Amino acid sequence: MWRYIARRLLQTFIVLWGVSFIAFGVMFLAGDPATAMVGEDWTREQIAEFRHVMGFDQPWYVQYGRFLSRAVRGDFGVSLRQRQPNLTLIFERMPATLQLAACAMLLSIVIAIPAGVISATRRHSWLDHGASLAAMLGQSMPAFWLGIMLILIFGVGLRWTPVAGRGGLAHLILPAITLAAYPIARNARMMRSSILEVLGQAYVTTARAKGLREFLVITRHAMRNALIPVVTLIGLEFGALLGGAVITESIFAWPGVGRLTIQAIYGRDIPLVQAAVIVLAGIFVVINLLVDLFYVVLDPRIRLA
Amino acid sequence: MWSWTRASVWRSVRRARLAVAGGIVLSVVVLMGATAPVLAPQDPAEQSILERLKPPGFRDSLGRRHYLGTDQLGRDILSRLMYGARVSLVVGITAVCIGGTLGLALGLVSGYYGGWVDDVIMRLADIQLAFPSILLYIAVLAVLGPGLFKVIAILGVTGWVTYGRVARGQVLSVREQEYVQAGRAIGARETRIILRHVLPNIFSAIIVVGSFAVASNIIAEASLSFLGLGVPPSVPAWGSMLAEARDYVRDAWWPVTFPGLAIMLTVLSINALGDWLRDYLDPRLSLQD
Repeated sequence: MWRYIARRLLQTFIVLWGVSFIAFGVMFLAGDPATAMVGEDWTREQIAEFRHVMGFDQPWYVQYGRFLSRAVRGDFGVSLRQRQPNLTLIFERMPATLQLAACAMLLSIVIAIPAGVISATRRHSWLDHGASLAAMLGQSMPAFWLGIMLILIFGVGLRWTPVAGRGGLAHLILPAITLAAYPIARNARMMRSSILEVLGQAYVTTARAKGLREFLVITRHAMRNALIPVVTLIGLEFGALLGGAVITESIFAWPGVGRLTIQAIYGRDIPLVQAAVIVLAGIFVVINLLVDLFYVVLDPRIRLA
Repeated sequence: MWSWTRASVWRSVRRARLAVAGGIVLSVVVLMGATAPVLAPQDPAEQSILERLKPPGFRDSLGRRHYLGTDQLGRDILSRLMYGARVSLVVGITAVCIGGTLGLALGLVSGYYGGWVDDVIMRLADIQLAFPSILLYIAVLAVLGPGLFKVIAILGVTGWVTYGRVARGQVLSVREQEYVQAGRAIGARETRIILRHVLPNIFSAIIVVGSFAVASNIIAEASLSFLGLGVPPSVPAWGSMLAEARDYVRDAWWPVTFPGLAIMLTVLSINALGDWLRDYLDPRLSLQD
């Protein structure tokens, strides 16, 4: 077990290093990083000075070394437009993003797991068909369009909910549904097939044979085992939700990290984009690690191997 | 084992029906895109400030009918949708070709040779998967700026991971089969074994993965265009049509509804075809369902 954990930790460090390298290297894709950041009306002298201040006149490995050693110490540079440390800006917006992602995750669990169980136990009923149709639609609908349609119907048409911004619970409903739609669809399909697989196992037959009510067979015996792959999927999805928040936040003007990133792109504030990408990807990597480590605790086959 | 139970027969009939429906919808989309320069009722860029946001079926001052209405600049939505289909299909398919070729090559090498080559390639895959993909696209396009070829390139190059992993896994299982060992025994060169014996046997899995990837690329391109990072605003694309129209959502429902419907129907029909293809080409992959 310890060897597995050590290997997994080492792997995480390699991946984090790779993330930093890509986020850094992206700057050079345009040839000269300075030209991607400055305004069109800058004079040649201003650009030269900017290049010197940012260190772009150094060889790339010197720049990368500096970038990495600062990043390790928690210094992700200063925003070009907002004149504040990038990390401060990001962590100011983080609670809003986490709130949205957590709500979406909660929604996906509360809806997808019962839906998957009902689909599997009432296989080929109209409930099952309805659920799989909804899941197919949910997986084919781009999040930004779903968001706009929800705004159109519930915000503009019915006037039930506010259409933008962060405030009370009412503000949270539409963005959370928008962000949750895809995971709900995916988890429900996963839960359905997982239950179906478990229902064929001998211990389920035994539980039925000893006269247990079907409800208890499902909840006590089938669900416990069927949940393992679904829980993993949900854990891994949380990081993806943080990424997906970029689009959802920009539709609903939700003041989170995603919207900050989009604004930074429009303002050519590349250092801020870089920092946001590293932080979000970093969280994603760490969550994946935690899910894997949690798995070690849950599943004795990994623990003992 | 693959056996024909009643449920599986029923499922394959349903899948086939869905696939036929998907095929019809997709053909319509392809036809719309292909014939756009000839059949589009109007020039997609032609603006008419006096006839902005007119509802579907509206007849303009020149007597032309706008079947899906006009947008915030008075442009014909149907014509723009037809041109937009070209962008979605071209991006979706070319990116899959790039990613598929790259992934297939790396996956074959990785699975066949193993060792440190395999380690390096798979760590690369891990690093890339550590990025939520939309973040990676955003990071790159934020620097490069929008552009059709840039979008195709980034979706294509980053797409290799899925094919790479599938190809590697398939190679690992194929590598030890008798016919590959027989090839080795009679002294065939490694490249010949890979290309003549291994590749044909993993191709169906790659086709299945690729068909789903066309759908996800279409959504990715639309999302990027929606964020202003995809194709430039001068090119009509479904994602950017939505982005431009969303500020007028209070005044008109049609400019934000039709492009999204187009994306959803296209993606849905590709996914339905992909499901069917998976059953048809590789029943082993669908046993879990």
